[in-house]
Amino acid sequence: MSTRSSVRALRRGFFAGLPFIVVIGPFGLLFGVLADQAGLDIVQTLSMTTLVIAGASQFTALALMQDHAPTLIVIAAALAVNLRLALYSASIAPHIGAAPLRMRALAAFVLVDQTFAISVQEFERRPTMTLEEKLGYFFGTALAICVPWVVLSGVGMLVGRSIPPEYALDFAVPLTFIAMIAPQLRSLPHIVAAFTSVVIALLLAWMPWSTGVLVAALAAMAAGAETERRLALHRSRADAGGLGA
Amino acid sequence: MIEPVIVWTVTVALGIGTFLLRLSFLGILGRRELPDWLLRHLRYVAVAVLPGLVAPLVVWPQATGGALDAPRLTAAAAAVLVGALSRNFFGAVAAGAAALYGLPFLLAA
Repeated sequence: MSTRSSVRALRRGFFAGLPFIVVIGPFGLLFGVLADQAGLDIVQTLSMTTLVIAGASQFTALALMQDHAPTLIVIAAALAVNLRLALYSASIAPHIGAAPLRMRALAAFVLVDQTFAISVQEFERRPTMTLEEKLGYFFGTALAICVPWVVLSGVGMLVGRSIPPEYALDFAVPLTFIAMIAPQLRSLPHIVAAFTSVVIALLLAWMPWSTGVLVAALAAMAAGAETERRLALHRSRADAGGLGA
Repeated sequence: MIEPVIVWTVTVALGIGTFLLRLSFLGILGRRELPDWLLRHLRYVAVAVLPGLVAPLVVWPQATGGALDAPRLTAAAAAVLVGALSRNFFGAVAAGAAALYGLPFLLAA
Protein backbone atom coordinates (compact mmCIF):
# COMPACT_ATOMS: atom_id res chain seq x y z
CA MET A 1 0.00 0.00 0.00
CA SER A 2 2.74 2.42 0.90
CA THR A 3 4.63 1.52 -2.29
CA ARG A 4 1.60 2.38 -4.38
CA SER A 5 1.16 5.77 -2.73
CA SER A 6 4.85 6.55 -3.17
CA VAL A 7 4.64 5.63 -6.87
CA ARG A 8 1.68 7.99 -7.13
CA ALA A 9 3.74 10.68 -5.41
CA LEU A 10 6.61 10.02 -7.82
CA ARG A 11 4.29 10.50 -10.76
CA ARG A 12 2.93 13.74 -9.27
CA GLY A 13 6.46 15.04 -8.69
CA PHE A 14 7.43 14.13 -12.23
CA PHE A 15 4.56 16.13 -13.73
CA ALA A 16 5.19 19.04 -11.36
CA GLY A 17 8.79 19.17 -12.55
CA LEU A 18 8.11 18.75 -16.26
CA PRO A 19 7.23 22.40 -17.09
CA PHE A 20 10.65 23.44 -15.83
CA ILE A 21 12.16 21.96 -18.98
CA VAL A 22 11.52 25.44 -20.37
CA VAL A 23 14.15 26.82 -17.95
CA ILE A 24 16.49 23.82 -17.84
CA GLY A 25 16.43 23.25 -21.60
CA PRO A 26 18.02 26.49 -22.84
CA PHE A 27 20.45 26.47 -19.93
CA GLY A 28 21.58 22.92 -20.74
CA LEU A 29 21.81 23.68 -24.47
CA LEU A 30 23.89 26.75 -23.69
CA PHE A 31 26.29 24.75 -21.53
CA GLY A 32 26.79 22.30 -24.39
CA VAL A 33 27.42 25.14 -26.85
CA LEU A 34 29.94 26.92 -24.60
CA ALA A 35 31.69 23.68 -23.64
CA ASP A 36 32.14 22.93 -27.32
CA GLN A 37 33.54 26.40 -27.97
CA ALA A 38 35.93 25.97 -25.03
CA GLY A 39 37.26 22.83 -26.72
CA LEU A 40 35.75 20.18 -24.42
CA ASP A 41 34.77 16.92 -26.10
CA ILE A 42 31.43 15.20 -25.67
CA VAL A 43 32.66 12.74 -23.01
CA GLN A 44 34.13 15.56 -20.90
CA THR A 45 30.99 17.69 -21.28
CA LEU A 46 28.56 14.92 -20.38
CA SER A 47 30.74 13.77 -17.48
CA MET A 48 30.81 17.25 -15.98
CA THR A 49 27.11 17.77 -16.49
CA THR A 50 26.21 14.37 -14.97
CA LEU A 51 28.61 14.52 -12.03
CA VAL A 52 28.04 18.14 -11.06
CA ILE A 53 24.41 18.90 -12.12
CA ALA A 54 24.77 22.56 -11.12
CA GLY A 55 24.65 24.86 -14.13
CA ALA A 56 25.87 28.12 -12.62
CA SER A 57 29.01 26.49 -11.20
CA GLN A 58 29.69 24.64 -14.46
CA PHE A 59 29.58 27.94 -16.39
CA THR A 60 31.90 29.48 -13.80
CA ALA A 61 34.38 26.60 -14.02
CA LEU A 62 34.30 26.71 -17.82
CA ALA A 63 34.94 30.47 -17.96
CA LEU A 64 37.82 30.31 -15.46
CA MET A 65 39.44 27.34 -17.19
CA GLN A 66 39.37 29.28 -20.46
CA ASP A 67 40.96 32.15 -18.56
CA HIS A 68 43.78 29.74 -17.58
CA ALA A 69 43.15 30.27 -13.87
CA PRO A 70 44.97 27.81 -11.56
CA THR A 71 42.95 24.64 -11.06
CA LEU A 72 42.50 25.23 -7.32
CA ILE A 73 41.00 28.67 -7.98
CA VAL A 74 38.64 27.21 -10.60
CA ILE A 75 37.40 24.63 -8.10
CA ALA A 76 37.10 27.13 -5.22
CA ALA A 77 35.16 29.71 -7.25
CA ALA A 78 32.81 27.09 -8.71
CA LEU A 79 32.19 25.60 -5.25
CA ALA A 80 31.46 29.09 -3.87
CA VAL A 81 28.67 29.38 -6.43
CA ASN A 82 27.29 26.09 -5.07
CA LEU A 83 27.35 27.09 -1.39
CA ARG A 84 23.63 27.75 -1.62
CA LEU A 85 23.13 23.99 -2.06
CA ALA A 86 24.19 23.50 1.56
CA LEU A 87 21.37 25.83 2.53
CA TYR A 88 18.92 23.72 0.50
CA SER A 89 20.32 20.65 2.23
CA ALA A 90 19.62 22.24 5.61
CA SER A 91 16.07 23.21 4.74
CA ILE A 92 15.02 19.89 3.18
CA ALA A 93 16.57 17.85 6.03
CA PRO A 94 13.55 18.15 8.36
CA HIS A 95 11.41 16.61 5.57
CA ILE A 96 13.47 13.65 4.38
CA GLY A 97 16.25 13.53 7.00
CA ALA A 98 14.74 10.39 8.58
CA ALA A 99 15.34 8.30 5.42
CA PRO A 100 18.17 5.72 5.34
CA LEU A 101 21.59 7.18 4.52
CA ARG A 102 21.65 5.58 1.05
CA MET A 103 18.38 7.31 0.16
CA ARG A 104 19.61 10.62 1.57
CA ALA A 105 22.81 10.35 -0.47
CA LEU A 106 20.83 9.69 -3.64
CA ALA A 107 18.53 12.62 -2.85
CA ALA A 108 21.53 14.87 -2.19
CA PHE A 109 22.95 13.99 -5.60
CA VAL A 110 19.89 15.42 -7.39
CA LEU A 111 19.27 18.33 -5.00
CA VAL A 112 19.20 21.31 -7.41
CA ASP A 113 17.42 24.69 -7.39
CA GLN A 114 14.27 23.38 -9.06
CA THR A 115 13.87 19.97 -7.37
CA PHE A 116 14.35 21.72 -4.03
CA ALA A 117 11.96 24.60 -4.68
CA ILE A 118 9.14 22.45 -6.10
CA SER A 119 9.38 19.72 -3.46
CA VAL A 120 9.63 21.91 -0.36
CA GLN A 121 6.67 23.93 -1.60
CA GLU A 122 4.64 20.72 -1.95
CA PHE A 123 5.78 19.35 1.46
CA GLU A 124 4.68 22.55 3.15
CA ARG A 125 1.35 22.55 1.35
CA ARG A 126 0.65 18.91 2.33
CA PRO A 127 2.02 18.34 5.83
CA THR A 128 0.35 14.89 6.01
CA MET A 129 2.65 13.37 3.37
CA THR A 130 4.55 10.33 4.66
CA LEU A 131 8.32 10.01 4.36
CA GLU A 132 7.90 7.54 1.46
CA GLU A 133 5.57 9.90 -0.38
CA LYS A 134 7.94 12.82 0.12
CA LEU A 135 10.86 10.78 -1.24
CA GLY A 136 8.74 9.61 -4.17
CA TYR A 137 7.69 13.13 -4.99
CA PHE A 138 11.23 14.46 -4.74
CA PHE A 139 12.69 11.76 -7.02
CA GLY A 140 9.82 12.41 -9.44
CA THR A 141 10.86 16.05 -9.79
CA ALA A 142 14.49 14.93 -10.17
CA LEU A 143 13.59 12.61 -13.09
CA ALA A 144 11.81 15.45 -14.88
CA ILE A 145 14.59 17.97 -14.28
CA CYS A 146 17.99 16.27 -14.12
CA VAL A 147 17.60 13.90 -17.08
CA PRO A 148 16.68 16.64 -19.64
CA TRP A 149 19.53 18.76 -18.24
CA VAL A 150 22.10 16.12 -19.21
CA VAL A 151 20.48 15.23 -22.54
CA LEU A 152 20.13 18.84 -23.66
CA SER A 153 23.72 19.77 -22.84
CA GLY A 154 24.72 16.93 -25.18
CA VAL A 155 22.40 18.31 -27.86
CA GLY A 156 23.83 21.82 -27.32
CA MET A 157 27.27 20.45 -28.03
CA LEU A 158 26.16 19.08 -31.39
CA VAL A 159 24.25 22.17 -32.56
CA GLY A 160 26.73 24.67 -31.09
CA ARG A 161 29.14 24.39 -33.99
CA SER A 162 26.67 26.04 -36.34
CA ILE A 163 26.27 29.23 -34.23
CA PRO A 164 28.38 32.15 -35.60
CA PRO A 165 30.26 34.47 -33.18
CA GLU A 166 28.32 37.64 -34.08
CA TYR A 167 25.42 36.29 -32.02
CA ALA A 168 27.27 37.59 -28.92
CA LEU A 169 26.88 34.24 -27.17
CA ASP A 170 29.57 35.36 -24.73
CA PHE A 171 26.83 37.40 -23.13
CA ALA A 172 24.43 34.50 -22.69
CA VAL A 173 25.95 33.48 -19.35
CA PRO A 174 25.95 36.96 -17.73
CA LEU A 175 22.43 37.49 -19.02
CA THR A 176 21.19 34.18 -17.61
CA PHE A 177 22.79 34.90 -14.22
CA ILE A 178 21.24 38.37 -14.12
CA ALA A 179 17.84 36.92 -14.99
CA MET A 180 18.22 34.40 -12.14
CA ILE A 181 19.18 37.06 -9.60
CA ALA A 182 16.98 40.03 -10.52
CA PRO A 183 13.71 38.40 -9.39
CA GLN A 184 15.36 37.73 -6.01
CA LEU A 185 15.92 41.44 -5.35
CA ARG A 186 12.75 41.44 -3.32
CA SER A 187 13.88 43.05 -0.07
CA LEU A 188 16.33 45.72 1.09
CA PRO A 189 18.89 43.19 2.44
CA HIS A 190 18.90 41.35 -0.91
CA ILE A 191 19.45 44.61 -2.78
CA VAL A 192 22.22 45.67 -0.38
CA ALA A 193 23.94 42.29 -0.77
CA ALA A 194 23.78 42.37 -4.58
CA PHE A 195 25.00 45.96 -4.74
CA THR A 196 27.91 45.25 -2.34
CA SER A 197 28.87 42.23 -4.40
CA VAL A 198 28.94 44.22 -7.66
CA VAL A 199 30.90 47.17 -6.26
CA ILE A 200 33.54 45.12 -4.45
CA ALA A 201 33.95 42.67 -7.35
CA LEU A 202 34.62 45.61 -9.69
CA LEU A 203 37.02 47.29 -7.23
CA LEU A 204 38.91 44.02 -6.73
CA ALA A 205 38.87 43.00 -10.40
CA TRP A 206 42.66 43.51 -10.44
CA MET A 207 43.06 40.50 -8.15
CA PRO A 208 44.11 37.43 -10.14
CA TRP A 209 41.66 34.74 -11.34
CA SER A 210 38.45 36.09 -9.90
CA THR A 211 39.65 35.75 -6.31
CA GLY A 212 38.17 39.24 -5.82
CA VAL A 213 34.75 37.69 -6.41
CA LEU A 214 35.19 35.44 -3.37
CA VAL A 215 36.03 38.44 -1.18
CA ALA A 216 33.08 40.34 -2.67
CA ALA A 217 30.75 37.40 -1.96
CA LEU A 218 31.75 37.17 1.71
CA ALA A 219 31.39 40.94 2.19
CA ALA A 220 28.02 40.88 0.41
CA MET A 221 26.70 38.04 2.60
CA ALA A 222 27.73 39.96 5.71
CA ALA A 223 26.16 43.16 4.34
CA GLY A 224 22.86 41.40 3.60
CA ALA A 225 22.76 39.64 6.98
CA GLU A 226 23.62 42.84 8.85
CA THR A 227 20.97 44.85 7.00
CA GLU A 228 18.40 42.18 7.86
CA ARG A 229 19.43 42.23 11.54
CA ARG A 230 19.23 46.02 11.76
CA LEU A 231 15.89 46.14 9.99
CA ALA A 232 14.47 43.61 12.45
CA LEU A 233 15.91 45.57 15.38
CA HIS A 234 14.48 48.80 14.03
CA ARG A 235 11.09 47.18 13.51
CA SER A 236 10.93 45.73 17.02
CA ARG A 237 11.91 49.12 18.50
CA ALA A 238 9.22 50.83 16.43
CA ASP A 239 6.69 48.27 17.69
CA ALA A 240 7.75 48.82 21.29
CA GLY A 241 7.50 52.59 20.78
CA GLY A 242 4.03 52.18 19.31
CA LEU A 243 2.91 50.25 22.36
CA GLY A 244 4.24 52.92 24.71
CA ALA A 245 2.48 55.79 22.91
CA MET B 1 41.71 24.27 -25.89
CA ILE B 2 41.90 23.32 -22.20
CA GLU B 3 44.27 20.55 -21.07
CA PRO B 4 42.28 17.31 -20.55
CA VAL B 5 44.01 16.77 -17.18
CA ILE B 6 42.64 20.12 -15.96
CA VAL B 7 39.14 19.41 -17.24
CA TRP B 8 39.05 16.03 -15.50
CA THR B 9 40.54 17.33 -12.25
CA VAL B 10 37.98 20.13 -12.12
CA THR B 11 35.12 17.80 -13.07
CA VAL B 12 35.92 15.23 -10.39
CA ALA B 13 36.75 17.76 -7.64
CA LEU B 14 33.72 19.91 -8.41
CA GLY B 15 31.52 16.82 -8.59
CA ILE B 16 32.68 15.51 -5.21
CA GLY B 17 32.70 18.96 -3.56
CA THR B 18 29.22 19.81 -4.83
CA PHE B 19 27.89 16.45 -3.67
CA LEU B 20 29.34 17.01 -0.19
CA LEU B 21 27.71 20.48 -0.04
CA ARG B 22 24.37 18.89 -0.94
CA LEU B 23 24.82 16.03 1.50
CA SER B 24 26.14 18.27 4.32
CA PHE B 25 23.11 18.87 6.49
CA LEU B 26 20.95 16.16 5.01
CA GLY B 27 23.54 13.46 5.59
CA ILE B 28 25.51 14.42 8.64
CA LEU B 29 23.52 16.80 10.76
CA GLY B 30 20.19 15.12 10.01
CA ARG B 31 17.49 17.12 11.74
CA ARG B 32 19.73 19.32 13.88
CA GLU B 33 19.03 23.07 13.56
CA LEU B 34 21.55 25.68 12.46
CA PRO B 35 22.36 28.81 14.48
CA ASP B 36 20.40 31.90 13.45
CA TRP B 37 23.39 34.01 12.47
CA LEU B 38 24.61 31.33 10.05
CA LEU B 39 21.19 30.92 8.43
CA ARG B 40 20.98 34.70 8.12
CA HIS B 41 24.25 34.73 6.16
CA LEU B 42 23.34 31.70 4.05
CA ARG B 43 20.12 33.39 2.92
CA TYR B 44 22.23 35.86 0.91
CA VAL B 45 24.61 33.38 -0.73
CA ALA B 46 22.99 33.53 -4.17
CA VAL B 47 22.66 37.33 -4.34
CA ALA B 48 26.19 37.68 -2.95
CA VAL B 49 28.00 35.39 -5.40
CA LEU B 50 26.35 35.77 -8.79
CA PRO B 51 26.29 39.61 -9.13
CA GLY B 52 30.01 39.75 -8.33
CA LEU B 53 30.73 37.09 -10.94
CA VAL B 54 28.68 38.87 -13.57
CA ALA B 55 29.71 42.51 -12.99
CA PRO B 56 33.23 42.30 -14.53
CA LEU B 57 31.83 40.33 -17.50
CA VAL B 58 29.33 43.12 -18.14
CA VAL B 59 31.67 46.08 -17.66
CA TRP B 60 34.78 44.62 -19.29
CA PRO B 61 33.56 41.97 -21.76
CA GLN B 62 36.25 39.74 -23.25
CA ALA B 63 34.57 39.82 -26.65
CA THR B 64 35.31 43.56 -26.99
CA GLY B 65 38.84 43.22 -25.58
CA GLY B 66 37.68 44.67 -22.25
CA ALA B 67 36.25 47.91 -23.65
CA LEU B 68 32.94 49.29 -22.37
CA ASP B 69 30.18 48.20 -24.70
CA ALA B 70 26.86 50.08 -24.90
CA PRO B 71 24.68 47.13 -26.04
CA ARG B 72 26.01 44.87 -23.28
CA LEU B 73 25.56 47.51 -20.56
CA THR B 74 22.06 48.33 -21.77
CA ALA B 75 21.19 44.64 -21.97
CA ALA B 76 22.33 44.07 -18.38
CA ALA B 77 20.37 47.09 -17.13
CA ALA B 78 17.25 46.00 -19.01
CA ALA B 79 17.49 42.46 -17.61
CA VAL B 80 17.92 43.70 -14.02
CA LEU B 81 15.03 46.13 -14.32
CA VAL B 82 12.55 43.78 -15.99
CA GLY B 83 13.60 40.85 -13.79
CA ALA B 84 13.22 42.81 -10.56
CA LEU B 85 9.86 44.28 -11.53
CA SER B 86 8.26 41.25 -13.19
CA ARG B 87 9.89 38.60 -10.93
CA ASN B 88 10.13 36.58 -14.12
CA PHE B 89 13.24 34.79 -15.39
CA PHE B 90 12.09 34.68 -19.01
CA GLY B 91 10.99 38.31 -19.02
CA ALA B 92 14.46 39.32 -17.87
CA VAL B 93 16.21 37.19 -20.52
CA ALA B 94 13.92 38.52 -23.25
CA ALA B 95 14.50 42.16 -22.21
CA GLY B 96 18.26 41.65 -22.13
CA ALA B 97 18.35 39.88 -25.48
CA ALA B 98 16.14 42.55 -27.07
CA ALA B 99 18.53 45.28 -25.88
CA LEU B 100 21.63 43.32 -26.87
CA TYR B 101 20.50 42.63 -30.43
CA GLY B 102 18.22 45.65 -30.88
CA LEU B 103 20.63 48.43 -29.95
CA PRO B 104 23.36 47.75 -32.57
CA PHE B 105 20.58 47.37 -35.12
CA LEU B 106 19.09 50.78 -34.19
CA LEU B 107 22.51 52.46 -34.13
CA ALA B 108 23.40 51.04 -37.53
CA ALA B 109 20.12 52.16 -39.08
